[in-house]
Amino acid sequence: MSSDAIVVPNVEFTSRPWVDTLHEWLTTVDHKRLGILYIVYALLFLVVAGVEALVIRIQLMHSHNNFVSPQVFNRLFTMHGTTMVFFMGMPILFGFANYLVPLMIGARDMAFPRLNAFSFWLSVLGGFLFYFSLVGANGLYGAGNAPDVGWWAYAPLTARAFSPGHSTDYWTLALLVSGFGSIGTAINIIATILCMRCPGMKLTRMPLLAWLNLVMAGMVLISVSPLSAAQIMLVIDRYLGGHFFDAQAGGSAVLWMHFFWIFGHPEVYILIIPCFAFMSEIIPVFSRKPIFGYPVMVAATVCIGFVSMSVWAHHMFSVGMNSYANSFFTLTTMAVGVPTGIKIFNWLGTMWGGRIQLKVPMLFCIAFLFQFLIAGLTGVMLGSAAFASQLTLSYFVVAHFHYTLVGGVVVAVFAAIYYWYPKITGRMLNETLGKWHFWLFVIGFHLTFDLMHVPGLLGMPRRIYTYEPGRGWDTLNLLSSVGAFIQAIGILLFVVNLLISYFKGDKAGNDPWDAWTLEWSVSSPPPVYNFASVPVVASRRPLWDLKHPEDPDSRYE
Amino acid sequence: MQRKQNSIKLSALFVLALLFLFMATAAAAAMADPSTSLTNIFAPQSTSAKSIFDLSLFVLVITGIIFVVVFTLLVYSIVKFRGKAVDAGREPAQVYGSTQIELAWTIIPILIVVVLFLATARVLHAVQDAPQPPGAIEVTAIGHQYWWEFRYPKLGIVTANELHIPVSDPANPTPTFLTLLSADTDHSFWIPELAGKTDLIPNHPNRMWMDPQRTGIFLGQCAQYCGVQHAKMLLRVSVDSPEDFATWVRAQQQLATQDEGVVAGRRIFETTACINCHTLRGTVANGQFGPDLTHLMSRATIASGAAQNTTDNLRIWIQSPDVIKPGSLMPAMKLSTADLDSVVSYMQTLR
Repeated sequence: MSSDAIVVPNVEFTSRPWVDTLHEWLTTVDHKRLGILYIVYALLFLVVAGVEALVIRIQLMHSHNNFVSPQVFNRLFTMHGTTMVFFMGMPILFGFANYLVPLMIGARDMAFPRLNAFSFWLSVLGGFLFYFSLVGANGLYGAGNAPDVGWWAYAPLTARAFSPGHSTDYWTLALLVSGFGSIGTAINIIATILCMRCPGMKLTRMPLLAWLNLVMAGMVLISVSPLSAAQIMLVIDRYLGGHFFDAQAGGSAVLWMHFFWIFGHPEVYILIIPCFAFMSEIIPVFSRKPIFGYPVMVAATVCIGFVSMSVWAHHMFSVGMNSYANSFFTLTTMAVGVPTGIKIFNWLGTMWGGRIQLKVPMLFCIAFLFQFLIAGLTGVMLGSAAFASQLTLSYFVVAHFHYTLVGGVVVAVFAAIYYWYPKITGRMLNETLGKWHFWLFVIGFHLTFDLMHVPGLLGMPRRIYTYEPGRGWDTLNLLSSVGAFIQAIGILLFVVNLLISYFKGDKAGNDPWDAWTLEWSVSSPPPVYNFASVPVVASRRPLWDLKHPEDPDSRYE
Repeated sequence: MQRKQNSIKLSALFVLALLFLFMATAAAAAMADPSTSLTNIFAPQSTSAKSIFDLSLFVLVITGIIFVVVFTLLVYSIVKFRGKAVDAGREPAQVYGSTQIELAWTIIPILIVVVLFLATARVLHAVQDAPQPPGAIEVTAIGHQYWWEFRYPKLGIVTANELHIPVSDPANPTPTFLTLLSADTDHSFWIPELAGKTDLIPNHPNRMWMDPQRTGIFLGQCAQYCGVQHAKMLLRVSVDSPEDFATWVRAQQQLATQDEGVVAGRRIFETTACINCHTLRGTVANGQFGPDLTHLMSRATIASGAAQNTTDNLRIWIQSPDVIKPGSLMPAMKLSTADLDSVVSYMQTLR
């Protein structure tokens, strides 16, 4: 596992034309380059969708506001949700999987490098198509624009009678295309993990990040297909005379809901499981202990993968299913909370008895634990179908899922970026700027989303461009909006940190965090071939064994 | 080092303060006087809303205990096991796990899940499978973009947007059972203080009931995104005493008032496109697309709650509805000022 530099003879070195560098990046099949492309792509959309959110929050600052028209508002929340899930969340997590999985299992690259590149560019096409709708969706009579049907695109609102023009079609096509990209990446991840582990790395010695991405990839394969199928059925309804979802002709609006949520619920677990992977890699290093209960963590994740396929109709508790169906989905929804809770306890167990270092990656991990605990508990409330009949479709749900997605996914992604940026770029991110980013973001997050639960409890439904005064919603909404701007400042500092540190950050070296998995054994950034010779491992923490030959993990596993 | 210790204590304190603020707000909301927020799910005024409220308290207590326990352990571990400079270079005991602890924190959550499931199932059955008593009022609610049609089939009444139902005496219950239908997209009927919400889905009839325990006005609005003016599809329920309800029913059963003083306005109404969409029972107007206006002046609001029912608002609504509710399906009628005056005068006789 050495990273002996290859001696370069003394030759003239002229800088390459930028066109060559651009061409190299556009045609790369290297998993590290594609990982970086995915992450940068996602961060751009984080900013775009974040601006959409800020405009939404300005409109909702007080009752009867008219900062934007109802038409524009409805497009904003549709674009915000769709962008964050499909063009921010998925790509950034695929990016990290692409970058880290081969390095952590001692492989040279992913199993199918060209499929990897193809999947990335399909995602890019999807994002481009989605935003092209702003200019391209007109159809006859100028009826279309950006999609305004919500990110779930419920039927029959998406029928041609109620959504003329092509805005819905851009939603459909953009997601269909990027869905195929997701399936390609999932196939790649599974094949890489199952077939390309280095000698000695049995499945039970694989880093948890690899395990969790394996489960995530399996879930992508199973859950994206129903969405793609439903989207094709929608196109058939809109243009080929079908009536799958056309209630006026005997079709079923509820059918769309089932198809969508059979995708939609596993999707949110697809988004959170790689974040669990980040926690499982970062918390041990900054607690100076191995992960507590590795086999249980694997079992719990596989359990989540399976059980999460059976909970989807908790998104449909108001739709009028009978009491037996509602009870069944209550049971499965509560049940999926058990393995999730076990994971939180295991991270706690990892920190317990350790020597915790409160560096920036660990700060974000602690925020994640606190926030995901709350999100899980409000999830339990929403999982009780009877309680949910009041809570669903209100701002309580909006607060809950932003708690999981912003307080969970985004915060975990920040932790991962602060942790692995040194490996990817060879430079450390600035710790002071990082702490400013952390505190501003967490304070803004709590101001916005803690308070947001209350209007939901006071009867405020979601997806409304304005609201009535005198219902007790005004002040709470105003404060939530203020919090959004505080978060935005935090993110601004983060972007500044990313850019400044790239040029001026401290040199990282191979292993700035004194960590234990294989990626820390190579240089920062890694050489293009990853490992000069194929590593051989004897335990879950090969670098611990090297650093502590008197007390290696291999003696105990 | 001291600064770092302080910043930890400060941050823990801050988090605790936020938590307290959140719980205090929730508690205040729970105990809110009903007149301060008319849409508070913690101020139930019917049997079904109350049983949901009781369940919610149970769930909140259990989740609250879980939160306090885990949060305390988290804060404690950060404070107690913080790495100190004096320990640099030495690693703590490398513990891999503990089967007993894993079993404990698996079995206890499973038990909690079973308890919560059973508690929920009981309420679900009580609310969803309640039989309809003989004294029940039957209402058919049909959702439209962006207004509510209410029919009382047994009483021969058709009205819109504002629902009148009788208060229900527990000794002799007269709950209102609603059949929920939709003419176009998905909607959702939500009066937080009277019941959990139920969707109105085209080609998928739903059923719900409310038995309000006190008289008064209850507010709500559409909760399922249905298009451009989803936000202004408001609901207003007037829970009346049995006598007031009977009076209201009799008035609604009458045909449209034939006031001789506004014949001009009536003629304009009956010879313009108005009758294509609206019904005035007893006249030639029998359109189904828009709200029934037979007793328009018995309603406090127009445009499904988007505006108060005043002369000025009626004029604006007829002439330029986009001023009140841009994107609604009411067309701008483009009447001359004189015609508009006549029509509005006519509308104001429709009590």
